[in-house]
Amino acid sequence: MYALREALAAFRRAPVLAGLSAAMVALALYIIGLFGLASYNLQLALSSMEERVEVVVYLRDDARQSEIDLAQTELAELPQVLGARYVSKREALDRARRDLPEFGELFGGAGVNPLPQSLELELQPAARNREMVEQVSAAAQAYPFVEDVEYGREWVDKLFTLRRIGAATTAALGGAFFAVAALIIGTALRIAVFARRDEIYIMRLVGARNGFIHRPFLIEGALAGLLGGIAAWILTYATYRAVYAYLFEVAWIPSAWVALGIAVGTLFGSVASSLAIRKHLGEV
Amino acid sequence: MPAPPRLALLIKLTQVAKEYPKRGFALRDVSFNIAKGEMAFVTGHSGSGKSTTLRLAHMADRPTSGEVRVTGYSSATLSSREVWKVRRRVGMVFQDFRLLPGRSAVENVGFALEVTGVNRKEIGPRAQRLLSQVGLSTKAGALVNELSGGEQQRVAIARALVNDPFVLLADEPTGNLDERATRGIMELFVELNAKGMAVFMATHDLELVRRYPKARLLELDHGRLVYDSATA
Ligand SMILES: Nc1ncnc2c1ncn2[C@@H]1O[C@H](COP(=O)(O)OP(=O)(O)OP(=O)(O)O)[C@@H](O)[C@H]1O
Ligand SMILES: [Mg+2]
Repeated sequence: MYALREALAAFRRAPVLAGLSAAMVALALYIIGLFGLASYNLQLALSSMEERVEVVVYLRDDARQSEIDLAQTELAELPQVLGARYVSKREALDRARRDLPEFGELFGGAGVNPLPQSLELELQPAARNREMVEQVSAAAQAYPFVEDVEYGREWVDKLFTLRRIGAATTAALGGAFFAVAALIIGTALRIAVFARRDEIYIMRLVGARNGFIHRPFLIEGALAGLLGGIAAWILTYATYRAVYAYLFEVAWIPSAWVALGIAVGTLFGSVASSLAIRKHLGEV
Repeated sequence: MPAPPRLALLIKLTQVAKEYPKRGFALRDVSFNIAKGEMAFVTGHSGSGKSTTLRLAHMADRPTSGEVRVTGYSSATLSSREVWKVRRRVGMVFQDFRLLPGRSAVENVGFALEVTGVNRKEIGPRAQRLLSQVGLSTKAGALVNELSGGEQQRVAIARALVNDPFVLLADEPTGNLDERATRGIMELFVELNAKGMAVFMATHDLELVRRYPKARLLELDHGRLVYDSATA
């Protein structure tokens, strides 16, 4: 196939230039890869923090077990609630002893247990915000045997703000990185086309069809995007390993993101190349 | 689809004007025809519009007003996507050859064959045949930058012949050549013309033109056609 052969011939004829433009594409996609890694981990961190948003319903010591059971069932059936767990006074004490050794010393012997029994309500992911939390809290408060309801109001508010900052930063940085990457890739491929302007001129001169002139560049662009994408993947993975080993624990991005990134790189490469060549086809 | 070519008239300019922004008119009200098999020269001093005329005839440029018809295709209706159709009927060579450096003579011709869709197996033999047609069969493998000017122009002519054109446009093809090489190239043009190919050549070398008294002669002056031997 002529177009593929010609695209490969371009790499062969000007390896430095072709290598340079492939390297530029790889670096541009590497930036995107790092961004993807960072924003994925930010997202993970935020949602693990969100998982800790829960509503704790403290019950009076004189509440009857049948009342508690009913409340547990009813609260668990609220649309905002994922599940409700009963924590007895005994369990609360065991937990406190485990988490806070001083506490254990203080209340070492049997005797009084100052900790209340409670219902811990785990929330639906979509309900981990202030409004929903307050609704759940109000519903729990309605039971006469409920002593108090706690949900870390400040925590919920902070998390909400944090999430908004995260989303805004991700969008702004992502947009900027994508623009930079697009410019770099576009420039690299324009250079590649420019380097072959003499051949393009001759093709036009002797009557090559536009599509015929077009195709090798389309393939060259796609190839640059594909190889650059794979190189960027390797670089990003190496960075991930280094960060994991020397700095802190991070998660590797899902393979669907990787595949999507490489596919987008390939597509973008051929589109950018096609735009660059179109400019040349317009003249002469 | 453009109208089928009327091959009796290969090139027909009708009241053609060409204006370049800021530079003014390069051609004004130019009308003439080049017929099948004709040998024609266009002369004039520098800047008179010779190159512009040839560029229009190759559809490398469009007239500002008037019409250029080339082998049946009209400048008024031919889209830029279809210019290749004209290029396959009209070959062109230049003063500066415009070969691809770093490639051999046969590769330069082969490139033109390849990009016009010639079957891969035929490219080699056909390039060789074209080169021997222009008297260059022994230099086929030489890099074009190592060839003499006359030899490079022969490679360019061989390349212009890949589509077996009806007409060969030549813009000062001997401008960079010495007397001996000029003679060789002109002999080649006469030979090609004798086989039925029209040749339309721009030159300011009046002495050269005088050696071909039977050829058609057009003269431009400041963008106007001031002499046409066919109507004089
Ligand atoms: N691409 C262009 N842009 C602007 N002006 C141009 C362009 N091409 C030609 N011209 C102008 O058009 C006029 C005619 O130019 P043209 O090249 O046709 O002359 P010519 O007869 O071929 O001259 P020469 O003998 O020097 O080659 C000149 O004034 C030139 O400056
Ligand atoms: Mg000129």
